[in-house]
Amino acid sequence: MSILINKDTRVVTQGITGKTGQFHTKMCKDYANGANCFVAGVNPKKAGESFEDIPIYATVKEAKQQQGVNASVIYVPPPFAAAAIWEAVEADLDLVICITEGIPVRDMVALKDRMARENRKTVLCGPNCPGIITPDEIKIGIMPGHIHKKGRIGVVSRSGTLTYEAVGQLSDLDLGQSTAVGIGGDPVNGLKHKDVLELFMNDPDTDAVIMIGEIGGSDEEAAAEWYSSECRNKKPVVGFIAGVTAPAGKRMGHAGAIISGGKGTAQEKLEVMEACGIRTTKNPAEMGKLLKTVL
Amino acid sequence: MKIHEYQGKEILRKFGVATPRGVPCFSVDEAVKAAESLGGKVWVVKAQIHAGGRGKGGGVKVAKSLDEVKSYAGQILGMQLKTHQTGPEGQQVRRLLVEEGADIKKELYVGMVVDRVTQRVCLMASSEGGMDIEEVAAHTPEKIHKVFVDPVAGLTDTEADATCRQIGVPESAVIQGRAVLQGLYQAFWDTDASLAEINPLIVTGDGRVVALDAKMNFDSNALFRHEDIVAMRDLDEEDPAEVEASKFDLSYISLDGNIGCLVNGAGLAMATMDTIKLFGAEPANFLDVGGGATTEKVTEAFKLMLANPKVKGILVNIFGGIMRCDTIADGVVAAARETHLSVPLVVRMRGTNEDLGKQILKDSGLPIIAASDMADAAQKIVAAVNG
Repeated sequence: MSILINKDTRVVTQGITGKTGQFHTKMCKDYANGANCFVAGVNPKKAGESFEDIPIYATVKEAKQQQGVNASVIYVPPPFAAAAIWEAVEADLDLVICITEGIPVRDMVALKDRMARENRKTVLCGPNCPGIITPDEIKIGIMPGHIHKKGRIGVVSRSGTLTYEAVGQLSDLDLGQSTAVGIGGDPVNGLKHKDVLELFMNDPDTDAVIMIGEIGGSDEEAAAEWYSSECRNKKPVVGFIAGVTAPAGKRMGHAGAIISGGKGTAQEKLEVMEACGIRTTKNPAEMGKLLKTVL
Repeated sequence: MKIHEYQGKEILRKFGVATPRGVPCFSVDEAVKAAESLGGKVWVVKAQIHAGGRGKGGGVKVAKSLDEVKSYAGQILGMQLKTHQTGPEGQQVRRLLVEEGADIKKELYVGMVVDRVTQRVCLMASSEGGMDIEEVAAHTPEKIHKVFVDPVAGLTDTEADATCRQIGVPESAVIQGRAVLQGLYQAFWDTDASLAEINPLIVTGDGRVVALDAKMNFDSNALFRHEDIVAMRDLDEEDPAEVEASKFDLSYISLDGNIGCLVNGAGLAMATMDTIKLFGAEPANFLDVGGGATTEKVTEAFKLMLANPKVKGILVNIFGGIMRCDTIADGVVAAARETHLSVPLVVRMRGTNEDLGKQILKDSGLPIIAASDMADAAQKIVAAVNG
């Protein structure tokens, strides 16, 4: 077991013909069961062609009909990415993982509203995220596969390389991961920390979770409060928040990483997490060690 | 991206928001001519910089004669205007806005941002105009009224009118207030704004509802579809180092410490800054080289960091997942050579071809200090800078 994806997930790649899409599709296909998972690509102009023996279809719907895909990964450039997500949602896929960075916030506001209005069941992960990996089964996204180990620790994070850092520390301590989920750094996105935490809490093959956050918004607080009221003694969770040194009003790379109106500081998040029973560290080099102490 | 008040007002006028008549000016002569052409007996001379709090810093003056316009324009143009948003060094004033005076009966506040929780545009309105809205939110949150706008319906008449009444727009002016709020929402949506604020929105003695100020910021990811807004960019208002960085697709923010850091990934970059602080020093910058760091990019990143005279040491922290450590090491060595690096350099690399990367650094003959993890790296650079 794992969350969201496993060796049986069938993936269509939107943006399979671009440079980024090609590079990462090949890496994903080469990882674990990838050759059986990455079964379709989409590009209306190149329908009928193939990439790395993966057939290309004109639409997501057609890829679903022909190959039975239930998940999508998106590398489409930012101006067209929201429309690509919508196409996957309209095809009723279970999961859409949008890697694309730099989608206008307005596009995401309109998209999320339409998904809610039409009561769509598709789960969106991202945008601006590294993707999701269930080690030794399937990797959907741009993370380096080789740093992961199969195991029983869940990882959820807004940041890419900081996720790799946590995973690397866990693997070094011989603590494998059940699934690692990068939810992305944009302010308007799909899965939130709370959603992923809930999935891990209900996953019989996850024993503990590392939750990595950063400044801006209140998603980490919402997740911590949910954990405190619903699952406090169920499974241990540890956390780290990046951005203690970030000044207010300055956007730290990610579109969502900004302290505004005195809200969303690292200190505030750390305090709420601690109060909710989530052990935190201020030393990002010790995330793995901290997790080991709570097992 | 930020713009000036006068540019914000130009946009708002297109969406039916009433503003005082005004003219942007770049010299004292232009300011006097502007006042003459506007007519009347009272003018307001306003410094145009991107930071807020201009009035308190002496950047906004009411002139009651053309001589006063001339004298205030002379004082304000060229001054280093210091506000709570500019930092202690202030920002030089290069542009003015000369406007007709307004008869203020009531000062209100309206603003818009995208709310992350509801994932909708949030209208915030308050009867407490002219004040710092963050202060109002902190001390009297009940005085801030919010509407989370349905993106399909837009800001409805009912919502706009109710908001006007809640913040004390007189009954006779509610229809005008509605036009302002709906215009502000449409401007926000159509221009891909990330912030739109009118503070104060005033009710005049003769019952008109007028935007006395306008502040707009825009989503930098959406600028590709707004050439007219890109044309409003004023590079004089931006940190030259951050402008330079953006040319090379580097994400760079100047900070106050003395340890430069170069990292791949925004989250890891923040975490690296935090680790430097944890071990007793302060970062000089945030710098994310992104996923595809080339030798050229790393070299530019070094130049940027070293252009800051405060930098006494550099920490490179790379988690080379798919990016290879040997490529990064080549970039670091080339950059150190090209910039004749004279401050201590600590490098921590993790990922593909890690050993090869470390060997390249070692073989370079450069005094590069290798570190095993993030904490080790931070401790080593702090020790090197303090020792």
